[in-house]
Amino acid sequence: MRVTSRLLGRIRGGVHPPGNKDFSADAAIRELAAPSTIIIPMHQHIGAPCTPRVKKGDEVYVGTVIGDSDSYVSAPVHSSVSGVVIQVAPQAHPTGGEVLAVLIDNDGEYLGDPSLAVPGPWEDMEADEIRQGVRDAGMVGLGGAAFPTHVKLSPPREHPIDTVILNGAECEPFLTSDYRLMLEQPEAVLEGLRIIMRAAGAARGIVAIEDNKPQALKVMAMANRGGGIEVTPVATRYPQGAEKVLIASLLGREVPSGGLPMHVGVVVNNAGTAHAIARYFSTGMPLVERVVTVTGSVVREPSNLMVRIGTSFSAAIEACGWFTEPPGKVLMGGPMMGLAQYTLDVPVIKGTSGILALSRGETEYSIPSEPVCIRCGRCVDACPMGLIPTYLASYAYSEKWDAAARLNIEDCFECGCCTYSCPTKNPLVQLIKTGKKELARRKKRLESQASKVAASGREGEGGNG
Amino acid sequence: MDNNLIVSTSPHIRDPINTRRIMCQVIAALAPVTIYALVIHGLPALWVLLASIAGALLGEFVMEKGRRMPVTLDDCSALLTGLLLALTLPPLLPWWIAGVGGLMATILGKQIFGGIGHNLFNPALVGRAVVFVSWPAYFAAGYAKSAAIGIANTATHKSIEAAVDIVNGASPLAAMKTIYDGAAKAPQGLFGSSYYRPLLFSNPWGCLGEVSAILLVLGGVYLVVTRVIDWRIPVVYLGTVVCLTAVSGRDPLFYTLAGGLLIGAIFMATDYTTSPLARRGKIVYGVGLGVVTWLLRGWSNNPEGVMFAILFMNALVPLIDRYILPRRYGQVKKAEEVAQA
Ligand code: SF4
Ligand code: SF4
Repeated sequence: MRVTSRLLGRIRGGVHPPGNKDFSADAAIRELAAPSTIIIPMHQHIGAPCTPRVKKGDEVYVGTVIGDSDSYVSAPVHSSVSGVVIQVAPQAHPTGGEVLAVLIDNDGEYLGDPSLAVPGPWEDMEADEIRQGVRDAGMVGLGGAAFPTHVKLSPPREHPIDTVILNGAECEPFLTSDYRLMLEQPEAVLEGLRIIMRAAGAARGIVAIEDNKPQALKVMAMANRGGGIEVTPVATRYPQGAEKVLIASLLGREVPSGGLPMHVGVVVNNAGTAHAIARYFSTGMPLVERVVTVTGSVVREPSNLMVRIGTSFSAAIEACGWFTEPPGKVLMGGPMMGLAQYTLDVPVIKGTSGILALSRGETEYSIPSEPVCIRCGRCVDACPMGLIPTYLASYAYSEKWDAAARLNIEDCFECGCCTYSCPTKNPLVQLIKTGKKELARRKKRLESQASKVAASGREGEGGNG
Repeated sequence: MDNNLIVSTSPHIRDPINTRRIMCQVIAALAPVTIYALVIHGLPALWVLLASIAGALLGEFVMEKGRRMPVTLDDCSALLTGLLLALTLPPLLPWWIAGVGGLMATILGKQIFGGIGHNLFNPALVGRAVVFVSWPAYFAAGYAKSAAIGIANTATHKSIEAAVDIVNGASPLAAMKTIYDGAAKAPQGLFGSSYYRPLLFSNPWGCLGEVSAILLVLGGVYLVVTRVIDWRIPVVYLGTVVCLTAVSGRDPLFYTLAGGLLIGAIFMATDYTTSPLARRGKIVYGVGLGVVTWLLRGWSNNPEGVMFAILFMNALVPLIDRYILPRRYGQVKKAEEVAQA
């Protein structure tokens, strides 16, 4: 047993919101029967959206590719049920707006696609083959960010990976899906980590779990007996599970501003992702379902459900006894970074780690009409990136873009600690987000102007010649 | 029911902390020393206290009404300003002067800058500076005569008072200054250590808030433990004064306990709006405060130095906040890369 006892992970910044894991922490994962209609959006990841590979009337099976893209940063989407395609049309999407989606009439048979095959034992596969398998399986980060996993596993030659961190921190309050997976299927999670290590060419593997989950630490350490992987507790503190924070906590390395974990030789993957990868390599079944925590004080029976991608939020909530009172907000994800939904007809997608319903009372916090800052310094102390959120927000508010850029506004990864901690309830991260968007827009415009200038310059040369 | 769902951007929860609660915690931390001051100094102190608070509340109210701003008396910040001011005033000050101080504190110290969060100088100290400059005599001498009750009138107290009578019942700092300066008319047989016990537990020779160092420290510990204030400013400030005083051959413990240093370091220098935002800046600020206090106490005509030290450093806070930034995540790495490239 190798639980590293040194309590690394004293991160700077961060906040301690109430954990609220008790609602669902003891609820074993149960299978949710898929509803009769399934909605599978073509865009469930960071990167290029997929184009549909099926049309109305096509027959599909569990695991059939129904959307794919030629772009490198993208991941195919698969049908999660067997049945017939009813429609290919834009549908409400949990990340906002409408996105092209494939609607499938579920025949309730769950027949696997005949073309699916178990990939060879991964121990015998080359890194390239593993990466291809990971891509074919449609793997993306299941912690919520949904970055295509095969891209993460393909570091350029000049950035060799020495360490893979398995992120079991689950620092967002309320969510327990990774926790349940680690408790119930620790072997599969560890197997997934080993596959990722092989694909990334890393010798060292670390499982990081917040120290408020001693049970998970114990079970994972037991499962790992003699396995050579480090199971390490990290301090319970939001946003401990953010990649950059976790890397600093565990290894003392800091990802350079604007860089990626691979630039310091690290790949971070979520525990749920590792589990899904292990399942793919043992069964050949791509990513068609995931664990979703349905929770909150107004959910009658908070649960951890194994949900087929494309199941509507309302079906998942119904399986938990619906609400005890009308909720004030329903979020996809946790309360710190989750996305508020205006309808429950949106589908569960690959990045849906939880569905959280907050009561009206819990959503009542006053937001001032004009930001007042009493300069208490709480937001500065809370920022894990070492930024000065109050200045960034006020520069964004008064549209001083250059000043905001000078104070590195683009380093903000929108964890929300600043807004959470502010006694005057300033919408800091909200303002910072607008500032980041505006700066990105300006940068793009400048670049396009520059390229136009360059192009016209070349034309001019040509004319002269 | 779908239409009733609230849609807003993350985060969706907030720390329950708010301005009013913070102010009330500071007031609670000051409550013991305030009550004890009333016990020791009696009725005159009560008038000073009430007038100072009334002045501060009135100033805030009138200015906010005049500027057609929402009235923010309910955030308790003006109340705290009035209380802090009172604690830095001598008990025998006529009540109306305390009232003027209170008015000046919120009008001149806070509202003309634009209200909470916008002022450059600590409002309570602005009020005190106005009173101090306009009616200096009340600060110079005569505290001892107010020591009416037993706990602040023991054999120790009597022997000290007998010794300092030669300098007209000067405050502890003033009395010791004559000794350190080698003045012709200096009290005999008096040491910094003679003052330890009175300063810690029952000091009648000073402003309201100077009655007991131990109660101030307890209040400070409460504020640090509940994370209302950061420990850096008081600890670095006091540490700097202790080191410099010791190096210059004076009694560091006496210099820490005497005068307005403790109340200044714990309750005034830590005022949010007028102190640096970031932890690193707070350390720089604390060192600056210590140095200026030490210089003023040692080499100015005034035995005190805390008020002007804090006001002086307040003026430097924008500069500190501009140049002493927190270390950014990934900052060092970036510099290395640049160096390599
Ligand atoms: S500024 Fe950005 S990174 Fe810093 S606390 Fe706020 S949201 Fe988090
Ligand atoms: S937490 Fe709020 S009040 Fe405090 S410094 Fe930041 S913005 Fe200002």
